[in-house]
Amino acid sequence: MAGDRYLKLSGLEPLIVTPETNFVNIGERTNVTGSRKFLRLIKEEKYEEALDIARAQVEGGAQIIDINMDEGMLDGVHAMTTFLNLIASEPDIARVPLMIDSSKWEIIEAGLKVAQGKSIVNSISLKEGEENFIAQANKVKRYGAAVIVMAFDEAGQADTYQRRIDICKRSYDVLVDKVGFPAEDIIFDPNIFPVATGMEEHRQNAVDFFRATKWIRQNLPYAHVSGGVSNVSFSFRGNDKVREAMHSSFLYHAIQHGMDMGIVNPEMIEVYDDIDKELLEHVEDVLLDRRDDATERLLTFAENVKGGPKVTEKQAQEWRSLSIQERLTHALVRGIDEFIEVDIEEARLAASKPIEVIEINLMTGMNVVGDLFGSGKMFLPQVVKSARVMKKAVAYLLPFIEAAKNAPPAPKGGAAEQTRYWKTADPIMYGLLKGYCQKMRNQPTDAERLLWSALSGKKLEGYKFRRQHIIGGFIADFICIKKNLIVEVDGLIHQLPENSASDKQRTQWLEEQGYRVIRFTNDEVLLNIENVLDKIVTELTTELTAPPSGAGGAGKILMATVKGDVHDIGKNIVAVVLGCNNFEIIDLGVMVPPERIIEVAVREQVDIIGLSGLITPSLDEMVYLAKEMDKLNISIPIMIGGATTSRAHTAVKIAPQYRETVVHVNDASRAVTVAGNLLNVATKGDYTKTIRDEYDTLREGYLNRSRDKNFLNIEDARRNKLKLDWVAFTPFKPNFIGVQTIYPKPADLVEFIDWTPFFQTWDLHGKYPAILKDEVVGEQAVILFADAQKMLKQMLEEDWLEARGIYGVFPASQINDDDIELYDENGKKKATFLTLRQQSQKTKGAPNIALADFIAPKDSGKTDYIGAFAVTTGFGIDEKAAEFEKAHDDYNSIMVKALGDRLAEAFAEYLHLKIRKEIWGYAADEHLSNEHLIKEEYAGIRPAPGYPACPDHLEKNTIWQLLDVEKQIGVTLTESLAMWPASSVSGYYFGNPQSKYFGLGKIKEDQVIDYAKRRSMPTTTATKWLNPNIAD
Amino acid sequence: MSKIYAALNNRILVLDGAMGTMLQRYNFSEEDFRGERFKDFPHSLKGNNDLLTLTQPEAIKDVHRQYFAAGADIVETNTFSGTTIGMADYHLEDIVYELNYESAKIAREVADEFEAQDPSRPRFVAGSIGPTNRTASMSPDVNDPGYRAVTFDDLLAAYKQQVKALIDGGCDVLLVETIFDTLNAKAALYAIEEVKDELGIDIPIMVSGTITDASGRTLSGQTVEAFLISISHIPLLSVGFNCALGADQLKPYLKRLAHNTSFSVSAHPNAGLPNAFGQYDQTPEEMQVLIKEYLDDNLINIIGGCCGTTPEHIRLIAEVAHQYQPRKIEVTV
Repeated sequence: MAGDRYLKLSGLEPLIVTPETNFVNIGERTNVTGSRKFLRLIKEEKYEEALDIARAQVEGGAQIIDINMDEGMLDGVHAMTTFLNLIASEPDIARVPLMIDSSKWEIIEAGLKVAQGKSIVNSISLKEGEENFIAQANKVKRYGAAVIVMAFDEAGQADTYQRRIDICKRSYDVLVDKVGFPAEDIIFDPNIFPVATGMEEHRQNAVDFFRATKWIRQNLPYAHVSGGVSNVSFSFRGNDKVREAMHSSFLYHAIQHGMDMGIVNPEMIEVYDDIDKELLEHVEDVLLDRRDDATERLLTFAENVKGGPKVTEKQAQEWRSLSIQERLTHALVRGIDEFIEVDIEEARLAASKPIEVIEINLMTGMNVVGDLFGSGKMFLPQVVKSARVMKKAVAYLLPFIEAAKNAPPAPKGGAAEQTRYWKTADPIMYGLLKGYCQKMRNQPTDAERLLWSALSGKKLEGYKFRRQHIIGGFIADFICIKKNLIVEVDGLIHQLPENSASDKQRTQWLEEQGYRVIRFTNDEVLLNIENVLDKIVTELTTELTAPPSGAGGAGKILMATVKGDVHDIGKNIVAVVLGCNNFEIIDLGVMVPPERIIEVAVREQVDIIGLSGLITPSLDEMVYLAKEMDKLNISIPIMIGGATTSRAHTAVKIAPQYRETVVHVNDASRAVTVAGNLLNVATKGDYTKTIRDEYDTLREGYLNRSRDKNFLNIEDARRNKLKLDWVAFTPFKPNFIGVQTIYPKPADLVEFIDWTPFFQTWDLHGKYPAILKDEVVGEQAVILFADAQKMLKQMLEEDWLEARGIYGVFPASQINDDDIELYDENGKKKATFLTLRQQSQKTKGAPNIALADFIAPKDSGKTDYIGAFAVTTGFGIDEKAAEFEKAHDDYNSIMVKALGDRLAEAFAEYLHLKIRKEIWGYAADEHLSNEHLIKEEYAGIRPAPGYPACPDHLEKNTIWQLLDVEKQIGVTLTESLAMWPASSVSGYYFGNPQSKYFGLGKIKEDQVIDYAKRRSMPTTTATKWLNPNIAD
Repeated sequence: MSKIYAALNNRILVLDGAMGTMLQRYNFSEEDFRGERFKDFPHSLKGNNDLLTLTQPEAIKDVHRQYFAAGADIVETNTFSGTTIGMADYHLEDIVYELNYESAKIAREVADEFEAQDPSRPRFVAGSIGPTNRTASMSPDVNDPGYRAVTFDDLLAAYKQQVKALIDGGCDVLLVETIFDTLNAKAALYAIEEVKDELGIDIPIMVSGTITDASGRTLSGQTVEAFLISISHIPLLSVGFNCALGADQLKPYLKRLAHNTSFSVSAHPNAGLPNAFGQYDQTPEEMQVLIKEYLDDNLINIIGGCCGTTPEHIRLIAEVAHQYQPRKIEVTV
């Protein structure tokens, strides 16, 4: 029935694509890779607002909505399931069919499992070979979905006409002939690539797409063609007028050639007939490749077309003729330090005092940076470059500022110079006075009681007052420490025997110490409290109008990587960003013990404490610190950040320990907003309450969820272990047994670098290399990548770092289900690795895995093997980073650390390959590209202690002893078992082809007790180490 | 290929009527439901009609016999709630395989009796696969719309077990019926495809949805056309509607279905809408008139009855059905 072979889709209502259907418009906003807003909402689990985006698209005319949850920090399966379930309960959204979009098959499958209608899977391809393609297509068919097939095969993405049609033809034949997939349910995406890039080989990109589309529609019966249109105009980002014209013209021609669906942003499209004829001609010259100089002509023409800010060379020089303020702002926004000293000198000469250059000129510029960053128009690497310019400017000014101080006195202002009460508390008197204070607090006069009722709990305009506060040998009745304002009520208190000084002397002394004192009589307070409060407010706010200090006007923030942890890239970035936004930063560095954090926080009177950590034991450090601060009655809000931290952990484990606010900050760009909200007197109350409510809800939800989970006891989990067929399997005998060091040339590691995490470090999200062409962050990614390449080259040429590694391969047996015993060549026991076993209830047939399952049990009679390794590229990195910091260059300081981390990971990848192909040799004939290495397509695994398969950091001690790591290559372990230098990787090698990465998940107390016995340590100690993985 | 395809080409096939309505007539007590085998079972079993296959097999066979005698070509097994999910209410998850296997077996035994009497007319057993009492695309908790009381994987596992047992017991056809949530049905269809692969066999599948009210949508919100598109990825013997509405209210939806599918079309409506006492009082004669309208409009390939229908209803439906040619498949879109 040929007439019936239309693509039919459904949500709650049908969508049938017939030859009369001109074009099916697919909504693209519910895609975390394309919409920062949507990503944020999903990350923050603000599903209501996320649903609003979906709804707006459907109301705006989207006939299908594309849903994509591919983001590194998201649990994609969970996010996809949750969001689609919520859509199902919104009939006005659910009426249209869904496009389930992911590069991960498990996310696609999760989506298919919750969609009652007939959806479209986006996408599958021959990229990973025919077998995989067929398996996925079979499932798509069985779930009842149509499918987008990318023009992609084992050799890569199709980029010519011929490759496009060859791959589409081959895909079609496989689907129709081998899978029996309905041809009308196949939608090809023959790759829309940018034109006018200046590259000769891109000239035919649009034409090839059009031709391939036509060919598909003529030669592959019933199949459809779709694509992401905005990609074509990539070169004209910033010039919306040209882009809109390009999209419309491209669509016009693509539809003529048979494209019948597509992902289009309706706001970025112009009515074809309304396009300016001259512009259209230029655009179509490019799209259709009609002239050799088409790109040049369009570029020139585009300059005249009103659109976004496109920088020409002329403009690039023009800024030098602007006013001094404009030049400084320009330099800060663009991160140009070339002329900064000249400009600063000019500004200094024009200013009445050198400090004004900071307070007025530079801050004006940094405010622009802050605004642009806050509104998503600048990205992190740019901001860090701005900071570099700022620091250089300040460094230039400092000698002048110092000199000016010795001349006429500058007006006093800014928190840094004020005298602190703790400095002035007389240590001997303190003990005596403290007891008296407590007594007095319980016996206040009527006037004091009345005034306190008005001042306590920040009732007075949000200012925090303390009462009966000890300063030197005095007790202040009421004090607002932040404003150094003391309020005294004349009453009984001054009859205290130890306090013989008169009120006048007190006032004089206090004022010398930098306090302002206002006094009221008992009667004034009792009879005219309104008047008294007005006076206090006036005093408090007068202070506010004092000139802002240079850096730090916005508040003072202590930053630290917690005890036992050495990772600081993220913390440094947050520090820079906050510094750019007028916060004063006290950075205590890495491995900071809690006592020191508390001591400095109190001494420096900071407004916020920022804690960072990358390894799991750091989570407990944060909990501990929060508890301690609570015990000490400290009331400084805490911000939590770092790779292992999470909103959930913060809400469930940290926040309940501390009466003040604890906020999780998931990326650097959020830090400014969060800190601002915490300190803004007007919003603080609401904000902290919102956070607390939010965390309470999250915590309850979390506890409820975890209660729902079922666990097996450890014996049952062991009975359900992964049972590999040891009879049929003979372990490969390694070519080498023993321990060996290895010192490769760092240059040899470069090809093994996985760049995607490098961009994540800088808050640029997306997969490398696609990120370089990303609509939103592509431009920044290109610049950052170029800087990285430049430094990498220099790094290698000038031998900044040294790569040191050590590995060992040993005979091994699985014993007692969960342990792995290692032997030397003579069978003498060398060490035991303890592994942890999954305990959560699995779906039927799925095993409860432990790493030990991948090693042949002793009683199988087979000799199996295991390896271990530690590598570092960190020696030299810290020194180099310190050099940059000294030169006020945070950008390069962070860069060198980020590259060090990448090289360490690359070293691990490099060594693993050598292990597989030569040293152990079980995969001697393996041939994988770097892309496939990153996707872990090789046989065998190299799990690392501290990561999901074996979260137990204590295993590092075993590896260290086994390989003698510290003595051989100098890498040490901190008390929390972080590796130092930070750019280091360690782990095990499993050679069994059936071994795979998995997440341990939560375990129960019975396993912890059992583990403690095996480790010969008290259960309490084991609980401390395994805490993040123990189910509540 | 199953004989049922040939039979469908030749004539309109008649499906049986309600099982529950017939069993009510027996007025079985708690003890009858338990039988000898479950007499000490710690939980109440009354009302578990599927269990009667094991404890009162003669009664079940008798109902099948009455429907075949009335002119049915196909009877449904007594397995509407026969999944671990449905049986969980009675703490009888463990007997699900046996329940389905035995139900298929005894239905097939009765079918064989009738085939032996008239070898020219094959009789068929359809394994009844109900929707379970949980929905995979709706939340039972209005305050938590993202919650699901059952997942696709739960349903898949439960349905696979039921399907395997029904096939092993000798069913000729599988009938996924009374679908109020299309996602549940998709899980059942997925399960059937998996079992087919595992056993290396093919078996015809009938799919029958339920339009719950005058909105013309399934309980999970799909229109007739959307429902049809959502289950058409599997080659089906037939697609249709049953339950919830009487033959007259069902007709417009049946029409829309018939005009949009190239599969055969089935209908087994209720005997009207229930009265205030929950009883169905549409007479066989009244229902016959309504079914005749279906036939006049060329809508039907398979016709039967759901709640409230009896062998007498089926007799009159069969009588009128045999005067008509089966629906010729014409699709508008």
